[in-house]
Amino acid sequence: MEIVRAKDVVYEYIRRDDEGNIVGITKAVDHVNLGINKGDFVAILGHNGSGKSTLAKHFNAIFLPEEGTVWVDGMDTSDEEHLWDIRQSAGMVFQNPDNQIIAQVVEEDVGFGPENIGVPTEEIWKRVEESLKAVGMYEFRKYSPNKLSGGQKQRISIAGVLAMKPKCIVLDEPTAMLDPKGRKEVLEAVHELNKKEGVTVILITHYMEEVIDADKVFVMDGGQVVMQGTPKQVFSLVDELKELRLDVPQVTLLAYELKKRGINLPDGILTTEELVQNLRGI
Amino acid sequence: MLRDITLGQYYQTESVIHRLDPRVKLLGTVLFFVTLFCFKNPVGYAVAIVFLAVVIFLSRVPFLYMIRGMKTIVVLMLITVILNLFVTQGDPVFSYWKITITKQGIVQAATIALRISLLIIGSSIMTLTTTPNHLTDGMEKGLRFLRVIKVPVHEIAMMMSIALRFIPILLEETDKIMKAQLARGADLESGNLFKRIKAMVPILVPLFISAFRRANDLANAMEARCYRGGDGRTKMKPLKYHTRDAVAYIILFVYTVGSIFVGRLWIFNIF
Repeated sequence: MEIVRAKDVVYEYIRRDDEGNIVGITKAVDHVNLGINKGDFVAILGHNGSGKSTLAKHFNAIFLPEEGTVWVDGMDTSDEEHLWDIRQSAGMVFQNPDNQIIAQVVEEDVGFGPENIGVPTEEIWKRVEESLKAVGMYEFRKYSPNKLSGGQKQRISIAGVLAMKPKCIVLDEPTAMLDPKGRKEVLEAVHELNKKEGVTVILITHYMEEVIDADKVFVMDGGQVVMQGTPKQVFSLVDELKELRLDVPQVTLLAYELKKRGINLPDGILTTEELVQNLRGI
Repeated sequence: MLRDITLGQYYQTESVIHRLDPRVKLLGTVLFFVTLFCFKNPVGYAVAIVFLAVVIFLSRVPFLYMIRGMKTIVVLMLITVILNLFVTQGDPVFSYWKITITKQGIVQAATIALRISLLIIGSSIMTLTTTPNHLTDGMEKGLRFLRVIKVPVHEIAMMMSIALRFIPILLEETDKIMKAQLARGADLESGNLFKRIKAMVPILVPLFISAFRRANDLANAMEARCYRGGDGRTKMKPLKYHTRDAVAYIILFVYTVGSIFVGRLWIFNIF
């Protein structure tokens, strides 16, 4: 079953000069069609300005499409009656961890979402505990967010979304401002949620290494979806990806170059183990 | 230097004061302020200092931590003290050239300095022992009657708590911008007053831009988490009065009445 469906979605940024005359229109999202299945781990890739973040904001009804329709869990995002149901079904984690934490104590921040949707007090406490445990931050519940690292703050943000019991979490470049350790922490937490809780994950990123475990990858460029498929399918198209100014994982690149020199290797090798295994077989 | 400001910062520890209902602490702070302006003799101030000392002791917030926040208002305090010292008319005790210091001036300056210090420490106790969210809840519930005259109590309380949360973040950012501009040769320290004010522009402009960006991000994040104002919201930590709050109210009442009575008693009027 599909949790998110986008049909012919168009979103434009209109630039105006000082007098308010239109000087240019940028189609940030240009006739995008895509469907995301329940329980999947989906990655949306693209370099800066490819429209991936703009598209992501449609899944949470922060942006409404100018043309076309977005359905989240069967609800049309332009239908104001369902606005809050949609935002509850599709939680969103943003790039900057400092700009999305509202409270000064970790547990209060995680409780912010459930408070907004009117969950009874005892239930809020239960959810806060569960969510914090799910991201491995329970022992920090009484801390001030200012004292945590970037990766920890992002995990708090994820817990905050999780406490609203969403069916789907959209992560808009959650690791862009983190160091490698923080990136690993956040990705591990997200993968665990996907596997253990069955939450659909939509990860927006430009780091190739983050998407190799995804079920499906969409590659965006110039506001359009230009490639889609499993990571193996997408990463076997090394030349096309290079044309889109996207890097492939190092191992994949190495395997690709070896293959070009005449070594018999399959397409789309994603991990070191895979490459080692294949080389041994030769 | 910018990191030293403790005003509006929560200090995490377990204490009776931390556990008190925020409404008690809010009313307590207001009453404490009121009493400070009622005193007419030093005994009143002594009572206030003792009361504050007991509260600080009970709150288990290190006194030095609290004092650090006062460094920033030293300049303001000095200006007030000096003005009062030289301008107040009365019986001269010291005179040189055109400067005359009067007995009343000394008393007045000392009183003002004491009053400002007590005000700052008194209010920082409240913010150090109450999480901003708790404070918000306290204001929201304690001032709910104002909604009758269409005061958006919830919204104001929310704005205040967010402002408090972003103080340390924006300070850190100011520090960063200052260092970035210094690294590129900006001169912030020398020159006369006007030059220095002008030198602040390259710091304030990026700071404002980033603050607006943060505000926009935060608004998006709040909406994404279904924030839609105070109606229909439940509370994770609903406010409930306990026995200790009743006791605190009684102590507060006794302190207020007692200190004002003593502080205005004519027999202690030594000035």
